[in-house]
Amino acid sequence: MSARVVNNRAWWLVLPVVILVGFNAVIPLMTVVNYSVQETFGNNRFLFEGVKWFSDVMHSARFHDALKRQLLFTAIILAIEVPLGVAIALAMPRRGAWASACLVLMSMPLLIPWNVVGSMWNILALPDLGLLGWTLNSLGINYNYTRQPFAAWATIIAMDVWHWTSLVALLSYAGLSAIPPAYYQAAKIDGASSWAIFRYVQLPKMRRVLTIAVLLRFMDSFNIYTEPFVLTGGGPGNATTLLSIDLVKVALGQFDLGPAGAMSLIYFLIILLLSWLFYRVMTSGEEDS
Amino acid sequence: MRRLKWVVPALYIAFLMLPIYWLLSMSFKTTNEILGGFTLWPQNFTLENYRKVLTERTWYMGYVNSLIYVLINTVLSVSVALPAAYAFSRYRFIGDKHLFFWLLSNRMAPAAVFALPFFQLYSAIGLFDTHLAVALAHCLFNVPLAVWILEGFMSGVPKELDELAFIDGYPFWKFFLKIFLPTIAAGIGVAAFFCFMFSWVELLLAKTLTAVDAKPIAATMTRTASSSGYELGLLAAAGALTIVPGAFVIYFVRNYIAKGFSLGRV
Repeated sequence: MSARVVNNRAWWLVLPVVILVGFNAVIPLMTVVNYSVQETFGNNRFLFEGVKWFSDVMHSARFHDALKRQLLFTAIILAIEVPLGVAIALAMPRRGAWASACLVLMSMPLLIPWNVVGSMWNILALPDLGLLGWTLNSLGINYNYTRQPFAAWATIIAMDVWHWTSLVALLSYAGLSAIPPAYYQAAKIDGASSWAIFRYVQLPKMRRVLTIAVLLRFMDSFNIYTEPFVLTGGGPGNATTLLSIDLVKVALGQFDLGPAGAMSLIYFLIILLLSWLFYRVMTSGEEDS
Repeated sequence: MRRLKWVVPALYIAFLMLPIYWLLSMSFKTTNEILGGFTLWPQNFTLENYRKVLTERTWYMGYVNSLIYVLINTVLSVSVALPAAYAFSRYRFIGDKHLFFWLLSNRMAPAAVFALPFFQLYSAIGLFDTHLAVALAHCLFNVPLAVWILEGFMSGVPKELDELAFIDGYPFWKFFLKIFLPTIAAGIGVAAFFCFMFSWVELLLAKTLTAVDAKPIAATMTRTASSSGYELGLLAAAGALTIVPGAFVIYFVRNYIAKGFSLGRV
């Protein structure tokens, strides 16, 4: 990094990206900012409202509930997907046809459109017709994800684990593949236990990819919309109404542009702030390792 | 203990395949059989659902529309990201760190936040319901991702390569296209793979920006699910077919995935 030369003409090289992303990011963001400070009466008549919507959203029980559900959902899926992904990566074959087969099969869920993931789990979990729903009910477990909040939660969490654990596993696997065999031989000579190998050889080497995996999973789970929307529609009641689902309800369903704008900005700031915190925590000890 | 290691990935893959099996099984059943009660595999095997999806224009045009905007987006994202990633990996310039972080922050933006403003923006410039609108909108998260991946690959190429080429009198663009790009071909492949993937699976923006002419397959599915009753078999067949392009892409890049993950930064 230190070898990079100072050259301000490099701006010409980044200009296309700045124009393209700027067009898509700045104009819509300004639109949202605009909405967030105005009252709309239809017919394009707007009235300046200042920070009214922001204080409304900050004090609304509905927003607090959606935020709590979102934090709980993200915490649960991170707690399951990260250790599970690492465990799978550790147990995967390193080379040969089986390694390729594992990689191809594990990548499958990542390339299925998100609404199809929702439909798929919907079909799987139907209480009377789906493989999962039917099996659970014939085992005597009363399961109906459209009626029971707990069943709905369990289903969307199982769906997310199904959908995204592979990403963590593939990233960890890549980190593990980058460890030279000499490290393992040295550890073997020292008589290290497999726990010690994991703790002092494999985990430090996976640190960078794990940081990326946790950040990506955090950001994407916080933004999740399509899959739970298709599966549960936010129900039963509001039990699985996560932040994005609530936001779309307010913005496109009720067309309350002011509150939706304020909510969007608060939502985006929360993600930025938490991502930055995660990043700082996970890279804090990087120099000494 | 060591010998039983294969159990973990095997169980995990079995778990992954279960919903896919069920989707396929449903897609080969008749509506009567599906509504008639639970059956583990199709009793009256039928291809009728697939025939309908592949011959009715409203259905198969969905796949065509999706593929068109995904391909436009992939080409566009990777081509604008290449020079930018080169700039980030080789030069220091005013505001480079801020610019990089700003780019990445767009990767964190919830699509739900942008749905309505995007609708208004693209309606205002007359691009609503075109493939280009969706392709451009998906650049919001794919361009930063492509820059991030390519920058990782480019930083792995020694600077001496550039310096030697410039000493030999290569003009910048000739060096970039003829020498530099071929050396990071794997990186371009990985970046294209991820752009394809995220554009293919995204629905909220694609649905918001289209109505009829550029309607993606995913939107056809959700609208059909709600309008024409509960045709689970048809829905399952359409869903099963959306897995095909992804499966192809994975098959072609299977040897690069692990390498790409470790060299690049995804």
